[in-house]
Amino acid sequence: MGKSEKLHISLTELPKNFQEVHPALSDREAVEEANRCLYCYDAPCIQACPTGIDIPTFIKKIASGNIKGSAKTIMTANPVGASCARVCPTEELCEGACVLNHSTKPIMIGDLQRYATDWAMKNNQVLFQKGQSNGKSVAIVGGGPAGLSAARELALLGYDVTIFEASPTVGGLNTYGIVSFRLPQRISYWEVDQVESLDVKIRTNTAVGKDVSADKLLNSFDHVVLAAGMGRVPDLGIDGEDLDGVYDAIEFVKDTKTQPLSNRLVGKNVVVIGAGNTAIDGATCSVRLGAGNVKILYRRTQEEMSAYDFEYEFAKQDGVEFRWLTQPIKIHGDENGRVKAIECIKMELGEPGADGRRRPVPVEGSNFTLPVDAVIKAIGQTRHQSLIDLFRLEHIDGVVQISEDYRTSNPKVFACGDIVFGKGKGEAMVVTAAQQGKKTAYAIHSHYIEETVTA
Amino acid sequence: MADLRTNLAGIESPNPFWLASAPPTNSGYQVQRAFEAGWGGAVWKTLGDPILNVSSRFAAVSFNGQRVAGFNNIELITDRPLEVNLQEIYETKKRFPNHTVVVSLMVEPQQEKWHEIVKRVEEVGVDGLELNFGCPHGMAERGMGSASGQVPELVEKQTYWVKEAAQTPVIVKLTPNITDITVTAESAARGGADAISMINTINSLAGVDLDSWNTIPHVGGKGAHGGYCGPAVRPIALNMVGECARSPRINVPISGMGGISNWQNAVEFMLMGASNVQVCTAAMHHGFRIVEDMIDGLNNYLDEKGISSVQDIIGKSVPKYSDWGNLDLNYKIVARINNDVCINCNKCHIACEDTSHQCIDMLKDDHGNSYLEVREEDCVGCNLCSIVCPVDGAIDMVEVGSEHPPMTWNDRQAAIGSLQNPSADPIK
Repeated sequence: MGKSEKLHISLTELPKNFQEVHPALSDREAVEEANRCLYCYDAPCIQACPTGIDIPTFIKKIASGNIKGSAKTIMTANPVGASCARVCPTEELCEGACVLNHSTKPIMIGDLQRYATDWAMKNNQVLFQKGQSNGKSVAIVGGGPAGLSAARELALLGYDVTIFEASPTVGGLNTYGIVSFRLPQRISYWEVDQVESLDVKIRTNTAVGKDVSADKLLNSFDHVVLAAGMGRVPDLGIDGEDLDGVYDAIEFVKDTKTQPLSNRLVGKNVVVIGAGNTAIDGATCSVRLGAGNVKILYRRTQEEMSAYDFEYEFAKQDGVEFRWLTQPIKIHGDENGRVKAIECIKMELGEPGADGRRRPVPVEGSNFTLPVDAVIKAIGQTRHQSLIDLFRLEHIDGVVQISEDYRTSNPKVFACGDIVFGKGKGEAMVVTAAQQGKKTAYAIHSHYIEETVTA
Repeated sequence: MADLRTNLAGIESPNPFWLASAPPTNSGYQVQRAFEAGWGGAVWKTLGDPILNVSSRFAAVSFNGQRVAGFNNIELITDRPLEVNLQEIYETKKRFPNHTVVVSLMVEPQQEKWHEIVKRVEEVGVDGLELNFGCPHGMAERGMGSASGQVPELVEKQTYWVKEAAQTPVIVKLTPNITDITVTAESAARGGADAISMINTINSLAGVDLDSWNTIPHVGGKGAHGGYCGPAVRPIALNMVGECARSPRINVPISGMGGISNWQNAVEFMLMGASNVQVCTAAMHHGFRIVEDMIDGLNNYLDEKGISSVQDIIGKSVPKYSDWGNLDLNYKIVARINNDVCINCNKCHIACEDTSHQCIDMLKDDHGNSYLEVREEDCVGCNLCSIVCPVDGAIDMVEVGSEHPPMTWNDRQAAIGSLQNPSADPIK
């Protein structure tokens, strides 16, 4: 985030605070940076990209002036490549692997990827054509990165694809969950348009189990791909959680992307519970909504925090305060049922738990109370267990169990994305979901090929 | 502080850096600004019969985003009246008596025309004359510039005519648009030239516009070839300077030019036989102020080497420049990769594998870390890997001993020849 300018919060024009913070490369900057790329052979950046984008090739194409080819190289490997250009933790992926880390400074791969995909967006480029129909149909449950990615690949392979999405629009996390100042909605919509242009049918406001039954999908389609992601933030399990002014971080962020921005937090004190990337989003959104003070409360220490380093730095730049080893135990309300204060207890780290992280233990008698006007919960996400049950799939604590080729316990049903993401299995990144979507599509296709050959 | 003064066939200059005859030396205003900036001399933009110029005259070639790697122009000689130029030359020389003013000339190949212009120019007081036998565009279509510079007899004859009238040293500027520049250099020397200068520009077309399909540059939709100069031509110029410097038939000093952009380039040209250097494109790219570092860098270089006068480096590399037939066939170098410096971009591997001698292996050590290694027995010492390597010090080209004594191709042919045709019968 080296290029981000210092944040100036406008208290009168909140939408300004939600404009994309990271500036785009100019044409000249892009060409200069592209020419700096060594065009490595067997480049480590490609290995480091979960979707395996041929990075040296797309960068070379920027340098040669073939921006359309560059965008196609990116989007071929990653159907949500424009979003990933903005949200990928590039320091930990492609840019972290760049050989120039050992001599000068790494290539700004994310920014170049954004440059090429922005160009394609601006110039209304059609990058892909639907494949010749093979007569097979696939229902995809969930239109997030994994579902869209599977849909795109299947459509290119000639499948008749229908996406069932509970929300009013598709895009999932990219549309609703990632803060606008990192990922404007139009980027996600463009990626959705790219998929839709391949004759993929998109049924929005259609929740499986409510608007359409799971059995109907199982009976009407040759295959079903379950890519429904994760649910809301779970309860804290403390008193006062129902008070007015307690928010689910995911809903909170979603509101900043879908509703007119509210000035209800202007000058207010906000605390965010949790220290993952969603907590950071809740905190930085609060700052941009004009909050007077924003604190992140985390029961462990910075060491155990799951937010990326660059997100942590970003939040600190925004003036967010971090209170480590702090556990909320009760939310106090006023006579009108509104949040008034939060009572916390100090923690200390004890013996390591099952996940290897040292367990926080309360320090007796260390209770203290912070006056707050809003509490944002960001302590993880619940699983879509009831949906999984509708398809009668094997799962462990709401994590759908799959074989190596993304097949669930029902051979007709495949699953990918956050719905198969188990604890301690790396990171649930957009780019990983995109890759799983691709692989799911290939798995379905290889079964089809086998059937056709053996038939 | 080393002595930077130079002397080219009697033309003295406070330092070796002259502006070449070109747009930067079009007027007194410009040349005087150049002298103020520190340039030792200037060759005034070519005088002759007034011409008409076209609009849209220059174009440049970018390489991987780097601007002005090469430069192309279709501008002709001066388009200002002779009297105006002569007046400004007079004023410039008067104001800067210690700086060198040489005037470039071009007229039709007629004895009286040369006599007349030499006389008029020398009257205002100049330090020397440079005959433009090199301009490849426009004027060449009228039988001047490179058109006459490509005909050895015309070079000799016109030089001779000039020398009949000239009181000041005469430099003949040669065209590179010729198979063997030593032929015309020799003609100039035979005609009595006091010095030669090279290279003038190379026939070129800078580019074609991908949308309009016009040439670059174009004049109302039509283009014509221009003259190419700038950094891209420097190796061509350096060779021509070296070929002339090492030719036993050419015994006149050389003023070197062609893509010289900094003091390092100047040192190279002087080592290869140039008595001074001329610069144009670099000044057009950055302005006259670049001469400050040229002087400063040259001075520091000489001081560091313990050389008291810049003239002491002239021609020092010439004995090292020869024919391919005199190179030692038994000299051997190989590439060695320093894995602690290498950043594993694998460019050496793919360059060698695809386009050279397939001797760099991509390997993994016991810990699974990638590294590159040269199979020295298969390495021919081509240098390609070290050329494409982006990291200084990652690949060394190392001399390895040869089991055989030095043997050149010429030695070898001579040895074979003496075996096949013994000069004396050992039995008799």
